Amino acid sequence: MRLGSSRRRVLPWGLLGASLIAPALVLLPLGETIWQAFHGGAAALEAVLFRPLVAHLLANTTGLIETTMAASAILGVGSAWLIERTDLPGRRGWAVLAASPLAVPPFVTSYAWISLSPRLEGFAGAALVVSAAYYPLVYLPVAAALRGMDPALEESAQTLGVSRFGCFWRVVVPQLRPALTGGILLVALNTLTEFGAFSLLRFRTFTTEIYAAYRTGFTGAETAALALVLMLLCLGCLGADFIIRGRARHARFGGGVKRTPLRYELGPWRPYAIMALGLLNIITLGVPLGMLLYWLTQHGAAAVTPAEVSPQRIIGATLNSVGLGLASAAVTLMLALPLALYAARHRGWLADSLERTGFLAQGMPGIVVALALVSLAIGVAPAFYQSTALLILAYAILFVPLALVGIRSALVQADTRLEDAARSLGTGFFATIRRITLPLAAPGLGAAAALVFIATVTELTSTLLLAPLGTRTLATELWADGSTLAFAAAAPFAAIMTFISIIATWLFVQRFGGAVLLARQEP
Amino acid sequence: MTMVRADKSRFMLFRSISMACVCGLTIGAADAARAAQPGKLTLYTAQHEQVVDMLTAQFTKETGIKVLVHQGEGPEIASQILAEGGHSPADVFLTENSPELVLLSEHRLLAPVAGATLALMPARDNAPDGTWIGLLARENVLTYNSAKIAPSALPASLLDLAQPAFAGQIAIAPSDADFLPLVSAMIKLKGTQATRSWLAGLKKNAVIYDDDEAVVAAVNRGSVATGIINSYYWMRLATELGAANMHSAIHHFAPRDVGALVNISGSGILKTAPHAANAQRFVAFLASREAQTMLGKSDVDFEYPLRAGVSANPQLTPLDQLSPPDIGPADLGDDRAAAALIRDAGLV
Repeated sequence: MRLGSSRRRVLPWGLLGASLIAPALVLLPLGETIWQAFHGGAAALEAVLFRPLVAHLLANTTGLIETTMAASAILGVGSAWLIERTDLPGRRGWAVLAASPLAVPPFVTSYAWISLSPRLEGFAGAALVVSAAYYPLVYLPVAAALRGMDPALEESAQTLGVSRFGCFWRVVVPQLRPALTGGILLVALNTLTEFGAFSLLRFRTFTTEIYAAYRTGFTGAETAALALVLMLLCLGCLGADFIIRGRARHARFGGGVKRTPLRYELGPWRPYAIMALGLLNIITLGVPLGMLLYWLTQHGAAAVTPAEVSPQRIIGATLNSVGLGLASAAVTLMLALPLALYAARHRGWLADSLERTGFLAQGMPGIVVALALVSLAIGVAPAFYQSTALLILAYAILFVPLALVGIRSALVQADTRLEDAARSLGTGFFATIRRITLPLAAPGLGAAAALVFIATVTELTSTLLLAPLGTRTLATELWADGSTLAFAAAAPFAAIMTFISIIATWLFVQRFGGAVLLARQEP
Repeated sequence: MTMVRADKSRFMLFRSISMACVCGLTIGAADAARAAQPGKLTLYTAQHEQVVDMLTAQFTKETGIKVLVHQGEGPEIASQILAEGGHSPADVFLTENSPELVLLSEHRLLAPVAGATLALMPARDNAPDGTWIGLLARENVLTYNSAKIAPSALPASLLDLAQPAFAGQIAIAPSDADFLPLVSAMIKLKGTQATRSWLAGLKKNAVIYDDDEAVVAAVNRGSVATGIINSYYWMRLATELGAANMHSAIHHFAPRDVGALVNISGSGILKTAPHAANAQRFVAFLASREAQTMLGKSDVDFEYPLRAGVSANPQLTPLDQLSPPDIGPADLGDDRAAAALIRDAGLV
């Protein structure tokens, strides 16, 4: 045992070197954006930032974030409570439905709503679409917390005469706070970085304006200055999340003996509860999928159909999306694996900071990463400009956090004593990883790959800016048609993308359990 | 049992990783192959995708030359070509508004278009130095919803839209490439100071959208009373929705008013074009009677073909009945001054 643990502390330099790559890549676009924003001089930066437009965008963005945070909190906690803590019929089915909107890309949801009524343009539509798309980010951790909650506290409160409602507010909600705030911050982060949905809904936020600045021929410095503000907002959310999670760990001392949580009888409220959840699902899943089916059966007028819809074109876009998704999953996994191994097996300040650097990518919007990579490629490595390699690099940077989460949770579950045994029997470090660690962690690696694959297939912004000439994907075709109101032409691309996303999610939930969906929202 | 399962998963995992790598390599190899192959042409364009699709399909059918298309907003692509410099893979730039071509010409990035091709078009619509050719024209108009504003209340001049009377009544898309030439024209005709105060008034009055498609849709459904657009976009919406669903109409600004500007859509060939001969063939094709007639006849493009004797889409007011301000593409110059004023006004 002593032999094993002392050997484990010996840090192979190869592993350290390999785990530096992912954090370095994450810092690359961050550094480039900061450099670009400041290299025009402080006066130029001021001229871009202290404009009425930036104030307007800040107001727009914070207003939307507050609304979606409140809406997701109410929808997420409400549905989690009904599903986990009442005698609602068909609870398992409702649980799957409540997590499912995560498999429908938000810009497909926004396409569906905007094609239903153009009146949804602007704030109302944006709040509706984002809340509907992201409330599962609150639902999933809150439902998990409700499941794991010790019923003793609630029972004591009730025997002391606290009403059912009072019990919820005074006993349950305080215990939910870490899960709830974590989920809400993720909703905020996703709202900040969303581009496609707001572009289709014509709601102006930082992401859409950065793109507008790029389109109207602004200089790199001007665009980077806007990107810097957006990134600061994102990193603020990420920082708040780190702090809250850090505290939450201390609050969880003495979880107590696990018992089945209390379930309340709905009684006369049962039909209303079913109606409420039914309505929620119609809004979050029914309308998007229904509108997709409707538009699939319609014919578009030639004048407003940018992309002529031919089977060839649909197949081409599908193959490109799937190919890019697979390549991106493989590359991202290879980048994240050494870092996750290092962080899981050699804890310390260095491992912590490397891992956190990797997670910084969560706060980096696709448009910022893509613009930074474009200017880096043109300036430093023109051979990579407009290449598939550069696009996959962008995906890898954006999705390293997803891979890290999946691999980390798998590695933590893999019993280190087996590794110790292998080492004490004379197996080398890398042989042990190959023959013991990786096979044990395989399901987690598969889950991580699935997450990256789904995220890549539904990614829009970087694909739009970095796709090599002539490479059209499902996302770019949908965007080209959807943004010019050619809804019928956009339908096949939207449908295939949604189908791939749902099938991939479903397959991996079947194979690896609901942990896949949880991993998606747990940095 | 566990080990067997783990082995299987590992095998699956490695298999999918290697498959993915192969996929990545195939895409990568395809990139390289594309760059090297002759009989190709790389087109950077800001024209509408369906117009480009129609043109390139016909060109490929006739010549066998495959066209690789990169699409974007005009100023975005112009900036991109500037940034790419000598590394640009582009052969031809086809765009909706002349200022982007003027910008590239100023930076000496454009090669002369063949004299025979230039001669097919009216000289005043081409670059004086022959570095780009004018192909199509589009008229700037005001679209209005008659339920929201009486035709008698419509402005004679674009300048009127900055008046307090139009507060909240006007939809614009300042980040659409079509807005820039309008501001450029105003700078040339009225001066920088007048343009500044017009933009400041417009900022107070305007409801802002992303692009002309959104403006025309917003006016048609009655969200805003009027909107500044190119007539193209109203025709497109009318074709999509059908005449019965059109609740908006087109208002032409007064003769010679800056608002009645006619923009020139044109094309230029890059000095660094890897396929220069193909590029000349493509531009000659764009100016050919056949391509111009195809554009004029189709219900896809609603621009005026500039070639003499080719008639425009019958839904459009004939070009010779328009009275645009007396300002040619050469006077319009590039967009840089206009972009700076729009930004200073806080519109973008």
